[in-house]
Amino acid sequence: MPSVCFYFQVHQPFRVKKYTFFDIGRDSSYFAGEGEGDLNNEWVMRKVADKSYIPTNKMLLDLLREYPSMGISFSFSGVVLEQMEKYSPETLESFRELVNTGRVELLGETYYHSLAFLYSREEFKRQVDMQRKKVEELFSVTPQVFRCTELFYSNEVARAARDMGFKGVLGEGVDHLLGWRSPNFIYRPQGLNDIKLFKKNYRLSDDIAFRFSSSGWKEHPLTADKFARWVSQLNGNGEVVNLFMDYETFGEHQWEETGIFNFLRSLPGEVLKDSDNDFITLSEAIERYKAHDEIDVPYVTSWADTERDTSAWTGNEMQRDALSKVYEIEEDVLRTKDKDIIDDWRKLQISDHFYYMGTKTMGDGVVHSYFSPYDSPYEAFISFMNALSDLKLRVEKKLNYKDEKNKVTFRQSI
Amino acid sequence: MFGWEFPPHNSGGLGTACLGITKSLSKKKTKVTFVLPKKIEGAESFLRIVSPETPYISFYSVDSPLSPYLDGKKYESYSTKGDSVYGRSLYEEVSRYSDFGWYIAGKEDFDVIHAHEWLSFGAGIKAKERSGKPFIAHIHATEFDRTGGEGINPRVYAIEKRGMEMADRVVAVSNLTKSIVVKHYGIPEEKVEVVHNGVEFEEEEGEFREVSKMKEHGKKMVLFVGRITLQKGPDYFIRAAKRVCEVCRDTFFVISGSGDMQCQMMEQVAREGLSDRVFFTGFMRGEKLRSLYRSADLFVMPSVSEPFGITPLESLINGTPVLISKQSGSSEVLMHALKVDFWDIDDMANKMICALNYDSLNRCLKENGRREVFSINWDKTADKLIKIYNNL
Repeated sequence: MPSVCFYFQVHQPFRVKKYTFFDIGRDSSYFAGEGEGDLNNEWVMRKVADKSYIPTNKMLLDLLREYPSMGISFSFSGVVLEQMEKYSPETLESFRELVNTGRVELLGETYYHSLAFLYSREEFKRQVDMQRKKVEELFSVTPQVFRCTELFYSNEVARAARDMGFKGVLGEGVDHLLGWRSPNFIYRPQGLNDIKLFKKNYRLSDDIAFRFSSSGWKEHPLTADKFARWVSQLNGNGEVVNLFMDYETFGEHQWEETGIFNFLRSLPGEVLKDSDNDFITLSEAIERYKAHDEIDVPYVTSWADTERDTSAWTGNEMQRDALSKVYEIEEDVLRTKDKDIIDDWRKLQISDHFYYMGTKTMGDGVVHSYFSPYDSPYEAFISFMNALSDLKLRVEKKLNYKDEKNKVTFRQSI
Repeated sequence: MFGWEFPPHNSGGLGTACLGITKSLSKKKTKVTFVLPKKIEGAESFLRIVSPETPYISFYSVDSPLSPYLDGKKYESYSTKGDSVYGRSLYEEVSRYSDFGWYIAGKEDFDVIHAHEWLSFGAGIKAKERSGKPFIAHIHATEFDRTGGEGINPRVYAIEKRGMEMADRVVAVSNLTKSIVVKHYGIPEEKVEVVHNGVEFEEEEGEFREVSKMKEHGKKMVLFVGRITLQKGPDYFIRAAKRVCEVCRDTFFVISGSGDMQCQMMEQVAREGLSDRVFFTGFMRGEKLRSLYRSADLFVMPSVSEPFGITPLESLINGTPVLISKQSGSSEVLMHALKVDFWDIDDMANKMICALNYDSLNRCLKENGRREVFSINWDKTADKLIKIYNNL
């Protein structure tokens, strides 16, 4: 009976270019990195499109044609959609084709892939609305299920999602919060009856996303029929298998040479050999399965690092400093009513900036540095804080100018 | 083991490294006979000294009538100026030391010959010739580092090269040094092992008295420690200081050390109008130097070519974050440090300003750096050396 629920996250940040103290007050194009390298957002977008998005989309389109009952879910940050429009329209077009099959569901999230939920609930809601509008505009569908940035989840996230009209919400399958319960059922967030909760099956998800090519893993190499067997084994004690992962797993995190595309190509066939299995979208799962129990998640969990909490973004003093400095200017930024200033401020909220500043896994872990375009967390912090200082100057200038103008009109009016 | 200097009679990093290495080797029950080309005070020549603190190390010293102990400055002029007045006597001394290597190899019982720096390679080679035992050449710096690649002394180069060629294994203090050894000396890559240095800790407190007044007034201090020579990049430091001074009013700079570029640097400071912002303390050591480290808000090592560079490690131990050049061996072992290319004045100034003004950055660098530096110790160095000994 298990229904495989694939949800792929599609996101690319606007990375801050190398921005020195001497650029403050002189250069406001924070995200315009140049040259061949990871700080050139256009270059990265094209690279990932070539290696991952376009070939994977093509494969999924073929699979959807071959298995017409198959359903898949995606979530796009607004900033990745913006970059597709700008740098790789063909990628956007190929995603449209997928969505047009009617077999692909799109989820809701914050437009700026931000941590606003933790710092400003008002800003959070604005960004969720912005993302919803963007998705409607580009794909003509409306998100029904919500996933918070980096799979942030707590009772409060669920409540906020419910209040914004979502009927489902996603979270990490953190063991100590699930207790004896398995992630392979649908649940109710604490105290809420009108929204359903999906828990990521992190073992099976990470077998694909992280362990697929690791030769030290005892299951390596992972084949589609082996994975399909694991799925079928859940028959009788699970209804959904929530495979949540970054879409860049295919071709970018796991290179083509690892055999990841062959794996994906054969997986549906292998899973569907067992007629009890199928692939469905999250909304279909909500329709089909009832919530089995209520789950209490009093603090925010995420899908990152071994801690599965927010420490990947807020774990050290630099990260907390940078975050509080971004959010403390919210009121002034909005007061400028300057489209560019507000947009730059929001782009500086993208969670990746703070992830790059993480120091906890330096030395032993490689995950943060693998994903970082900077030489060190300190470099990430320096460019970010300098850019933010420039933004603050722009805000001050604008507000002073506005106040001056207001004074004039006030005087004129008397 | 053949060395050239040993604390407390040392002038620089080589003696400190030899002490750290022999101490940790002895802790790990590897017997070391340490040979020096000079007479140790109070000891008869050719007398073996067994130190009570380090039961596994014994010393040999050869009395050398020509030379009082070589101090840092003279060593510099020997090695960089070649045929200066001291030149001949230095080579004579090196040659005498080589002969002594032959002599000692006949007297002592040992399994491995380990020689530090070109000065002792001759002795190492002779000892190998007589005993047939394997010989390790340990490179702490090359002629290319000492001269910045210009005005290489061909005689020193030849001794270095021959030593490495005759050696069964070459040990380099960093990947940077290894690459120089491979590129400029034609030594096959697989023959060269990288063994990083370590650092010792002393728990102390207290700031440098002379600067505490300025610090009380909220001024921030940036520190340079090292010989004032081309290799250490003091000119880049001053040019970056100039840029910092243009935007940060409350910052001052301290240069601790001496060297052949000192006058030139003082003139540069005066010319730039920085005499009230950049101060020279002269050469300092011991507790005074450590208190200077503790007073600083940022330590900078802008070396043009630094085989290892122990000063940033000393700074971190004393709780001051560091900005180091990428052209240094210690940048290979320090993750929690700001790094720049020595020639990138703008970036150096940028990072100085940020480290001084973003408090959270300064504290993260300081705390993480201090934690990290404790893992860089001589025991690790000794472990790697023992592994190399066993694989010979």
